[in-house]
Amino acid sequence: MKRLEAVRMEQCIGCHSCSLACARLVHKKLSWNTAGIRISSAGGLTTGFEAQVCVACDPAPCAEVCPTDALKQRKGGGVIVKHDKCIKCGKCAEACPVDAIYYEPESDLPYLCIHCGRCVPFCPHNCIELREIPTYEEE
Amino acid sequence: MKMDPNFSRVLHVDLNTGKSKALQIEDRHMHIGGSGLAAVLYDRYGIDDAPADDPRQPLIFAIGPLTGFYPLMSKVVCGFRSPYTDEWSESHAGGRLALSIRFAGYDALMITGKAEKLSALVVGSRSCEIENVTYLRGKDVFATGKFLRRFGKKNAGHRSAIRIGQAGERGVAYACINVDSFRHFGRMGSGAAMGFKNLKGIVVSGDGSFDLPEGKAYAEMMKDIYKDITETGKMKKYHDLGTPQNLIPLNELQALPWNNLQKTQDEGVEGISGETFAEQLLLRQAACAGCPVGCIHIGLLRQQFASEHEFLYKQVSYDYEPIFAQGSMLGITNAADVLALLDETEKLGLDCMSAGVALAWAAEATEKGYISQEETIVELKFGEMKGFLEGLKFIASGENAFYQALSRGSMAAAKLYGGEDFACVLGQEMAGYATGEVFFVASAYGFRHSHLDTGGYAFDQNNTEKNADKAIEFMLEDERGRIYINCMMGCLFARGTYGPEKLKEALTAAGFQNIADNLEEAGKYIQKLRWQLKCRTGFDVDAVKIPKRFTEVVTWKGEIDTGYMDEVAQRYASAIKEMAKCGE
Repeated sequence: MKRLEAVRMEQCIGCHSCSLACARLVHKKLSWNTAGIRISSAGGLTTGFEAQVCVACDPAPCAEVCPTDALKQRKGGGVIVKHDKCIKCGKCAEACPVDAIYYEPESDLPYLCIHCGRCVPFCPHNCIELREIPTYEEE
Repeated sequence: MKMDPNFSRVLHVDLNTGKSKALQIEDRHMHIGGSGLAAVLYDRYGIDDAPADDPRQPLIFAIGPLTGFYPLMSKVVCGFRSPYTDEWSESHAGGRLALSIRFAGYDALMITGKAEKLSALVVGSRSCEIENVTYLRGKDVFATGKFLRRFGKKNAGHRSAIRIGQAGERGVAYACINVDSFRHFGRMGSGAAMGFKNLKGIVVSGDGSFDLPEGKAYAEMMKDIYKDITETGKMKKYHDLGTPQNLIPLNELQALPWNNLQKTQDEGVEGISGETFAEQLLLRQAACAGCPVGCIHIGLLRQQFASEHEFLYKQVSYDYEPIFAQGSMLGITNAADVLALLDETEKLGLDCMSAGVALAWAAEATEKGYISQEETIVELKFGEMKGFLEGLKFIASGENAFYQALSRGSMAAAKLYGGEDFACVLGQEMAGYATGEVFFVASAYGFRHSHLDTGGYAFDQNNTEKNADKAIEFMLEDERGRIYINCMMGCLFARGTYGPEKLKEALTAAGFQNIADNLEEAGKYIQKLRWQLKCRTGFDVDAVKIPKRFTEVVTWKGEIDTGYMDEVAQRYASAIKEMAKCGE
């Protein structure tokens, strides 16, 4: 199994190409927010950038609190998302320890990383990687 | 949210009443967006016979239909009545503002009226507030940015904070609007246009989302364009050394203005070259949101502020034009000195180009005895940074009658103190290209008086023959091509990727078939409307003058041919009249 990791964020130039690509290609939206990976700055552009992205918890607190299995535990960490099963309770976003779930107010649906790696080729500075999960973590 | 291809959605904020309206501007297939939308809004809401500082005049920030859809569609046009010329004008900037406006759900923000107290406008997809920020009176651009970032905190990274400094508050004719610390609506005085409205800053949160068109066409087009931009190497130069790569080649060509354009070449160029900046001072590159190129170069300025080992550090963005204006033009040959001047300029909220060129004029006027330290307060001498550093502060504060005049432009000061022959003004203080006749004419007569209206500098460099027909044909054709890009609000670095045919395909894939089908017609309409607005608001094409200094320039081609320059000027003036149908 693989998971997406923002491993070299110190190289980030803040172009947002990763999150825009995720929103456009994975979630079929034109948006900054409805993306699995979102880039933020901590106090203006002079401070550099950080990525808000699912860290692939196992067990995942978001899946544990989901009452309808719209978010289900993924093998190796993270979750599998089924929007059609979501009853829009919003508990998943509250449960996420790293604020990686964006709860979109218009559609009332959670948006988060599914570790598909489609954002990776859009990063011009090699900041993100789809990495094999080490076996010691999988056990 | 849904996007309607037939309408532009504009948030009109009236600072007099504190109320706002979301407008639907029809006929998007004609105005497209960006420059075209700004022109249509001015046409409807502007007041031709009132001056730039009339509170009723609109201040407009517009994006294009493709903003957010494709890479490098990352610019915003600011449309305003210029405090410098009083005419309808534009200035363009990158940063995060374009995507913030898009995801806030608008194609433009338009501000009219004047707030009773110093205010900040705070906008998002579900919010619109006018905040009292009287505590920011007189605060510099950086301090203001820090305070403004208290608004919309939950959208950190997905918002933009634009603001003015002391220069904008005081109405300096070339005050700029700072965008997200490192980018600017630099030229023609947009900062003062904002100051006239008692508006210190605007925070836009891009917190909304749009559905994409059905089908695969859009995703394929987006991937195709991204690949073209990132994998063909065509953008490498903008990321690597960036625009300062031009310093050495232009100096070698004898086309880099030095010491108020008294010469076009100097061996001191090594000290301020793109290579020197990159090797000694480059801290990192950054990007506008939505652009993978990363052309923003940020230098590290380390300054000792006390005896012993007491240092502070600052991050200062640099580019070719700022290095020309506050480096070679002032005879400065040390890169860290240039950063120190740019840092001060940034804090005060001045246009670095006009401020540098204005101080260069003052240094030569001092040399020639038109003015003395009685006027300049400090010694302004080519090559010496410290005097210019103080001079910048005096321009922003309007320290005395001389600096008040200089804050209206170097020609305004020259008219009072003498030295008009060597005021390097082509509509506004010149850009950094002493390439020859076509550039000088293009800038003096051009719509924005900018090196970005047409590539006149490139024409000078690529053509040895003196053919006025060919020059005019080039300028008109090049302007039309740039209008398409400037209505989409794409970065001009991407004009090689976004030719008219590619734009049509990209528009169609994004759901704007109506604009794609009408692109040529719309381009002609917008070109004409922009020139009409400029003429209606005071531009007299027959009154344009090119100061004597520009006729004295010696480039790699030799002396300037004034006969050729006059011919190009007359022909271009006629072409502008024809385009604008001024008087009709």
